[in-house]
Formats: sequence, C-alpha cells, structure tokens
Amino acid sequence: MARTRNSLRRFLDYAVLSVLSFIFVLPVLYLILGSFKPSDEVLSGLAGFLPTHLSFDNYSAVVDSFDSDATGYFWRFMGISLLLSTVVVLGGLIVNSMAAYGLTRLRWKGQGVVFALVLLLMLVPFEAVAVPLFYMFNSQRNTIYMQAIPFIANAFSIYQFATFFRAIPPSIEEAARIDGAGPWRTFFAIIVPMSKPVFASVAILTFLTQWGSFLWPVLMVSDPSVRALPLELSVFQGQTPVDWGQVLAFGVLLVLPVLIVFAFFQRWFVQSVASSAVKG
Amino acid sequence: MTTLSPAPAAPAGRKPPPPSTSRTHERPGRRNRDGLRGLLMSAPALGGLIAFVGVPFVYAVVLSFYNVRLGSPLQPRFFGIEQYRRLFTDPDMSGPFLRALLNNLTFTVVVVPVQTGLALALAILLNRKLKAIGVFRSLFFLPVVFPMALVAVIWRLILARSGDGLLNSALDAVSFGNWGAFDWLGDGLTAMASIIVLSIWQGVGFQMVILLAGLQQIPGELYEAAELDRASRWQQFRHVTLPGIRGTLAFVAMLTSVLSFRVFDQVYVLVKGGGLDEDATRTVMYQAVTTAFDQNNIGQASAITVVFFLIVVALTLIQRRVVRTGNED
Repeated sequence: MARTRNSLRRFLDYAVLSVLSFIFVLPVLYLILGSFKPSDEVLSGLAGFLPTHLSFDNYSAVVDSFDSDATGYFWRFMGISLLLSTVVVLGGLIVNSMAAYGLTRLRWKGQGVVFALVLLLMLVPFEAVAVPLFYMFNSQRNTIYMQAIPFIANAFSIYQFATFFRAIPPSIEEAARIDGAGPWRTFFAIIVPMSKPVFASVAILTFLTQWGSFLWPVLMVSDPSVRALPLELSVFQGQTPVDWGQVLAFGVLLVLPVLIVFAFFQRWFVQSVASSAVKG
Repeated sequence: MTTLSPAPAAPAGRKPPPPSTSRTHERPGRRNRDGLRGLLMSAPALGGLIAFVGVPFVYAVVLSFYNVRLGSPLQPRFFGIEQYRRLFTDPDMSGPFLRALLNNLTFTVVVVPVQTGLALALAILLNRKLKAIGVFRSLFFLPVVFPMALVAVIWRLILARSGDGLLNSALDAVSFGNWGAFDWLGDGLTAMASIIVLSIWQGVGFQMVILLAGLQQIPGELYEAAELDRASRWQQFRHVTLPGIRGTLAFVAMLTSVLSFRVFDQVYVLVKGGGLDEDATRTVMYQAVTTAFDQNNIGQASAITVVFFLIVVALTLIQRRVVRTGNED
C-alpha cells in the first residue's frame, strides 16, 4: 500500500516537472524547430508548431546571404565573436588572477588602499561608463581591439580570485619560498595549478558575458566587417521584410557555441553561478 | 551586459587579513622586493581598471556639467547643473527621462518579487532526490546562457501581433475562436509586461540555482525533527525552509533589483526591430544610449548616466546592508 502511494507520488512529481519544463523550454523548441522550417511557415500559429518538413535550407541561406562586403560574411561574424571571447577570457584570466595574487598574498605599501579601490570600482556597472567611454574612444570606432580591451581587466573577477586565494594556507607558499621560488614562480607553479575551480568559474562567467555582449557594440560598431554575432542578429531581425527562417537559423548558430560549452561543463556552469553568489 | 555579473555581497573596503606572524622575522629586503613584485603583478589589471572604469567614470561626471555634442564644430561649453535641471524640469527632456525612470521602477518592482518567488518555487520543486533531477535543473537553467539579443528575437515571434503568433494562436484555440489577435509588444498596456515576461524567463534559472544552493545548506535533521513534531508541509516551509534561506533570499532579491535596473538589450533589440511601444518600454539606459548616439548629446547622456549610477549604488548599498543583517541570524 505504502509502496503504491510512493510510486504514485513519484509519478506525479515527474509529471509536474515534465509539464513545467516543457512550457519553460517551449521558446527554445520554437527557435530550433523554426530554424528548420521554410521561412513562410515560421509564423504559422499553434497548428504549424510542428513542421511538416524539415530542411537545412535556412542555414545554407544564412551563409550564402552573408557572403559579400555589403552584407558582411557570416563566418567573419562568428570568427570575430570567437576571437573577442578568447581574448577577453584568456587575457582576463591572466591579468586578473595575477592582480588578485599581488593584492592578497604579497605585502606592499598601499596594498590595502589599492584593494579597497578595486572593490569600489566593482560598484560601477559597465552601463555607467558606456557613454563617456564611447566619447573617449570615438576615433577608434569600428575596430576589433576596442571591442575587447576594455573588458579584460575586471574588478569582479579580481574579487573572485582574491576570495579563493585568501583561503589557501600560507604554509604552502612558505614552503615554496624556502625552496627558493620567487613570487612569480610560486604563483604560476604552485597557486595556479591548485586554483582550477576559480579559474573555471571566472572563465565561464566571462565567456557568457562576452559572448552576449551587446551595449558596447551598439555604440562602437557600425561596420559589418568588424561586427560580432549578437549585434548582427539584431540588425538582421530589424530588416524589412524579415526572413524569419533565416533569422532563427542565425540565432541557433549564435547560441550553438555556448550550448556546446554548456553541455560539456554543465556542472561547472551551475556551480560557478551558485558559488559566485553564495560565497559573497 | 548580461545578467551574469552579480555584485558580491562583501562590504566595500574590507581590510585585508592581518599579516601572518611567520613573516615578522623575515629578512629586511624581502618586503620591498615583494612590494615591487606585488605592484608589478597587479599593474596590468589596475591599469585597465583605471583606464576603462575609473577615468571614464570621473569623465562622466565632468561631461555632465558641459554641453558637449559629438561631431559638432562648437567647443564644449561649461553648463553647470543645466543638464540636470533639464532632465528634471525641461518638459522636452524630462518627459522621456522621467518616463524612463518610471518604466525602470515598474520593471524592478514587478520583476524582483515575481522572479524571486518563481525561482524559490522552482528551487523547492527541484530540491529532491529523484532520478534525472539534474536534467530538469539544466532545462530551467538553459535560458540563462542565451544572449538577451536572441531571447528578444524569439519572443518577438511568440508575441507576434498576427493571429499566427504562437501566443495569439494558442489563446484563439483555448477560447474557441473568441480571442482576436492582439498586439502584445505594440500595445502600451502590454509592452512592458511582455518585456518583463521574457526577462523573467531568461533570468529565473540564475536565481533558482543560487536558491537551490541555499536550500541544500539547510540540515536535513531540521526537517526530520519537524516531521516528528507533525509539522505540516506548509509549517515546515514557514519555520524551517524560510528561516534557513533568509540570507540567500535577501541577497537574491537585492541582486535582482540591481541587475533589473540595468535592463537595456531586450528593449533596444525590440524597439529597433519595430513593433515595440517605445514610450512604454524606454528605460534609463535606453534613454542614455539614444541621447548619446542618436541625438549626439553627450553632456545630457552623461547626466543620465550619473543619475543611473547613483541609483545603482543606492540599491547596492541597501543590498549589502540587507545581506549582512541576513547573515547575522
């Protein structure tokens, strides 16, 4: 008797979860199914939600229609997005972890003041400096490097590294130092290898933010030859008439790299988000 | 930017831990050498922060006291507090700006409790030992990794005004044809509601994960004890769950209010895509960008930026206070 009640409850749990998550994931299904539908069937209401036939036409059309200097090149958008993310993520990991180490594990005059300054700068959201930055670097609009450089140094990343480094017992470094290793060597040979979790977590958060970055490109980029994917998607969906099938295929291609990374590092993703908040 | 740069809850200016005693009898030259290296290691990041956050921030304050226009041959002119006066009293400028402030307020006031409540419900639902529970958690977390520019495009289609829009078509089906096509994004009454719905959809998984981590820190014995006392499910929730995650809940709510105040991407994409009621959904950041970019009015945009910053700082400071008191229990 109790067992039947238990399995009934379990069945109900799964039923509730399945229905809820189906509703929740519906927009994603809509995106994916739509990207395989003929364009004139994308807007076809509830009845046309499940397509009658699927094809890759939209995907090849996206690559074809973005294949001239006038429209831009699809693979170029993708390449720029990948390049920007790589530079910002890798550069950020190096620069910010070094700063956090220098600020927490080495002692120098003014260290406390500088660290306080970093925490203070963490209060400034990017939105609050976007306009003056745009004015300052107006002559460098439509360049690739200006889309990446301002985002490499990041106060929040420094803070995340600093929190982690502080928890490392000082005896580990002291042992290295007695063996004759200087701070650089201690950092790269001892501290970095034992700090993989925080590196992964900072990398993931930086990658997500950078991949979807929108406000800065809106201000700084008008030339399709240096445009990253999100801005191009918004330009593409704003054209009239809109080819919805192609827009959705473009959207799938935009999110695909993130989904692939997400599929591989799912546990890391969720952990990094949870810990970034809970630790604070 | 996206919703993924949470401001942590540490009090600003917290002093570094006292130096460890083992260093007191170190060789004299060590501290200086450390000093040089410490500064050297920090220099690249500090340089970047100063150049791209510190200086522009000060510059925003300076620019807000000038009449600066982009690409204008006229020299910038000192304006005093004129930009601010105009923002709040000149009907031409204060109209859209105050509307933007009001829209931001509406957005925040609805999103914070609704999204937090929904995230809590989901977190409780997903905080149990079932097979494949990880799959369900991932499904609810999935939209968090979607760039907002793409989320806006997907929902533009779902909320399309034609009868073939997914929502209109579904409503038509459940009302047996009594529900006509409705322009969700274009109608002033529902435009903001639409932005709210798609923003919650994208962001709720983020909060859910944080709350889930909080729930898992509540010791299971507390529930067992409550069960022995024959506490009902509601009583358990009220007397065990809620007190157990009060700090996390306060943190999540305040974090969301700061993030929600920064709303920009989805509004911009949908307005530029056409069909979104601009007045009903214009936010402070949208107003700053269009003032700087479309009207070339940098001084005015900087003043908006400064007001925006002051509000965000106020919210952040409240957040830290709330979290600190929440953690003390």
